[in-house]
Amino acid sequence: MEVVTLNQISPDQVIIWSWGFIVLNVTILYTWLVMAILVVGSWLITRNLSSEMNTSRWQHFMEVIVSIIRGEISEMTKRGPDHYVPLVGTLFLFICTSNVLVIVPGFVAPTSSITTTAALATCVFIAVPYYGISRIGILHYVKEYFQPTFIFFPFHVMGELSRTLALTVRLFGNIMSHEKVIGILLAVTPFLFPVVMQILGLLIGVIQAYIFAILSMVYIASALSAEEDVHGELKKEGSPA
Amino acid sequence: MDKVSLVAMASIIGAGLAMGIGSIGPGLGMGQAIAQALAAIAQQPDERNSLTRTLFVGLAMIESIAIYCFVISMILIFANPFWGHVIK
Repeated sequence: MEVVTLNQISPDQVIIWSWGFIVLNVTILYTWLVMAILVVGSWLITRNLSSEMNTSRWQHFMEVIVSIIRGEISEMTKRGPDHYVPLVGTLFLFICTSNVLVIVPGFVAPTSSITTTAALATCVFIAVPYYGISRIGILHYVKEYFQPTFIFFPFHVMGELSRTLALTVRLFGNIMSHEKVIGILLAVTPFLFPVVMQILGLLIGVIQAYIFAILSMVYIASALSAEEDVHGELKKEGSPA
Repeated sequence: MDKVSLVAMASIIGAGLAMGIGSIGPGLGMGQAIAQALAAIAQQPDERNSLTRTLFVGLAMIESIAIYCFVISMILIFANPFWGHVIK
């Protein structure tokens, strides 16, 4: 079953249903599908949690995922992971689910459209100043942009913009390129090679989800790195000697 | 040679060159990075987790250069902005 043909670069171009200015394309449909799977699945699993010895196997599965995400995040920040798990964990789970579901025939990964990845990277772009300001205050956060001198202000802004673009294009390029490679291999060497490439595609999809989450955590942590300096200054002023 | 085939030829050759030349540098860089990371893990197996994480982040940074080349060649082939000038 082929939803996106080989000469279409993005699933945005496949329109299922349109009414006036409301257009339902394949990207939106499969984004909703992934969201529904995540929401309904986690609702079903967390409906009856128990702390007994014989917990259900799905609860174990969920606990493993959540504890791995929390462990990874708490290794990167000095403080606890509680503030960052909602954003970073959701990004990881969404990207990972949509990349892994590619093995289902007829499913088109929403991350193979540049609009989806641009939206995800915009979330990170907004979240970095949000976490930074809520942690160290707006004054110290803005002061970071003028370090070491005020000449560096445009370079800091350009760095923020270009890393958002890099986040967008990296995820989009990886997932889209694998779809195209598999499509071309199906035409050239039909039986064995596309299957092998598809297995490699699963690995790459999970690694890309991991990289997206880790990089967004690195960006957030870099906005918080001024925090130690602020506390250090306060301690210096407060100490009598 | 008319304009249409000139634009098509330039786009296709440009896409191939962008992909071919553009992946040399990231290939060399990723090989270097992985070799150094393997040597570091062999020396200090205890630091494996943080080394692997740093390796992945670095590989993603290097890889994005090759991905830029790939996206540009895809734009040249699938969504060429110059077609509008030659096809009325």
